[in-house]
Amino acid sequence: MRNLPRPPASSEITAPELYARRREFIKTGALYVGTSAALGAGLISLSGLGSADPPTTPAPLPPPASGAAPWRIAKRGQFALGEAQTSYQDITTYNNYYELGFSKSEPASLGFRIKPRPWTLRITGEVEQERTLDIDTLIRWFGLEERVYRMRCVEAWSMVIPWLGFPLADLVKKLAPTSRAKYVRFTTLFDPEQLPNQESHVLSWPYVEGLRVDEAMNPLAFLALGLYGAPLPGQNGAPLRLVVPWKYGFKGGKSLVEIRFQEHQPQTTWNRAAPAEYGFYANVNPAVDHPRWSQASERRIGEFSRRKTLPFNGYAEQVADLYRGLDLTRSF
Amino acid sequence: MAKSKLAWLVPATITGALIPFASIAWRASQHRLGANPIATALNQIGLLSLIFLCASLSCTPLKIAFAWNWPLRVRRTLGLCAFFSVVLHFLVYLILDQNLALGAVLNDVLKRPFIALGFTALVLLVPLALTSSKRAVARLGFRRWQLLHRLAYSIGLLGVLHFYLRVKADHTQPIVYGLVLVLGFALRGLGRLKKSRDLRLRESLRAARSEWG
Repeated sequence: MRNLPRPPASSEITAPELYARRREFIKTGALYVGTSAALGAGLISLSGLGSADPPTTPAPLPPPASGAAPWRIAKRGQFALGEAQTSYQDITTYNNYYELGFSKSEPASLGFRIKPRPWTLRITGEVEQERTLDIDTLIRWFGLEERVYRMRCVEAWSMVIPWLGFPLADLVKKLAPTSRAKYVRFTTLFDPEQLPNQESHVLSWPYVEGLRVDEAMNPLAFLALGLYGAPLPGQNGAPLRLVVPWKYGFKGGKSLVEIRFQEHQPQTTWNRAAPAEYGFYANVNPAVDHPRWSQASERRIGEFSRRKTLPFNGYAEQVADLYRGLDLTRSF
Repeated sequence: MAKSKLAWLVPATITGALIPFASIAWRASQHRLGANPIATALNQIGLLSLIFLCASLSCTPLKIAFAWNWPLRVRRTLGLCAFFSVVLHFLVYLILDQNLALGAVLNDVLKRPFIALGFTALVLLVPLALTSSKRAVARLGFRRWQLLHRLAYSIGLLGVLHFYLRVKADHTQPIVYGLVLVLGFALRGLGRLKKSRDLRLRESLRAARSEWG
């Protein structure tokens, strides 16, 4: 006869009253696990609305558009900063481009919708000759220069971005504005097919920004076609955007389709939406707070400690003269 | 309580409520909160706080609307989750976002309406959290305890306003949470109306009966 295994000690035997309730334990356990999992998942998705997770794989550098002018960097190194550059991943996944999405990460996933070629820029208003320019003509005229600039967002964060493009002043000079041209108005693309959020009326579309002509002539004002040596991805304003490094980021209109020279100050988008919060000038100024938050300091993307915000974003030497005699707390 | 059919409900609520915080911590450790992880954590924990506030304030309206009893069993738990979340939201702001710059924080609290409102909500939540136990109800007496805990309505509204004033352009979300609260208040009002009508009905019935009897 085979030896049977020793029976378990009587202390290990499940008490009959507990044994009788075994189904109840399983049911209760299942209800507990199911409810907490459902509640947790619901809370995660609700609290993630508006700040959706960014893509985890690094965005690939976009290839030059077909039929585009040769992509050759002719000049480097003007206004170099000696500050660490923000990563390509961060620059291309943390964007304010409301026409592509209200969260910071949505524009990165919808940026592909913008078709960068063929693309033309209309030149209108007080110029010698109104005309429509092909974007590749601009590259042929001016070549591509790399400029590493600080970018300070009105939301109190900042980046350091290696842009590729040409000085706005070069274009302005070439277009020969008339003596009546005092302001430049930048109009961005209006096309709900490419920019789906233009169906909503959160802001008035198309997005419009503006500069004084003398600001546009400042050597720092820049039109960018690329970053990190490659063409701009959609979410960063493909194929052509304005970069004004001494002003808050929202001045830099993206995906430009028209540059207009005019006598009167243009009505700009954020200024129209909330005039007390976003002035026409929008010069970076730690002494003038946004009514709802302080502008005294900023978080550089990728850093833990806050930095003190510099007047004119650190470009006072180049631009402060433009505003001599202007009360910057009123003309903010 | 072991005999109660719903003994699992409160533990499940606590576990479920902790999951999103664990998720934020996990994603932070994996560098998956994006380019500005501190802002993302701050915003998500802030939104969680408002969700818990609205959820705890929706328990009574749910009972009124559907005659369910289970929401009342998790009301206190949800309120305490809101308190925990609001405190965490403030700590992230104070330590991670502002790097403990007390001067800047004080300036924010005093000068920025949206921060002042959020901070007021945090302060008002403290006495509610401290008197959330059954013992506290006994100590205060139900009437006084109830009066104190009516503060929760204003805290909910402060939370919604805090969110509304912070948003730059798209106000959809704060409006939705505001509507949830308003709907809850409306249901409470209806419930009270119905109660007093039932009371009157019962009295008139009694009166009628005594007349006939």
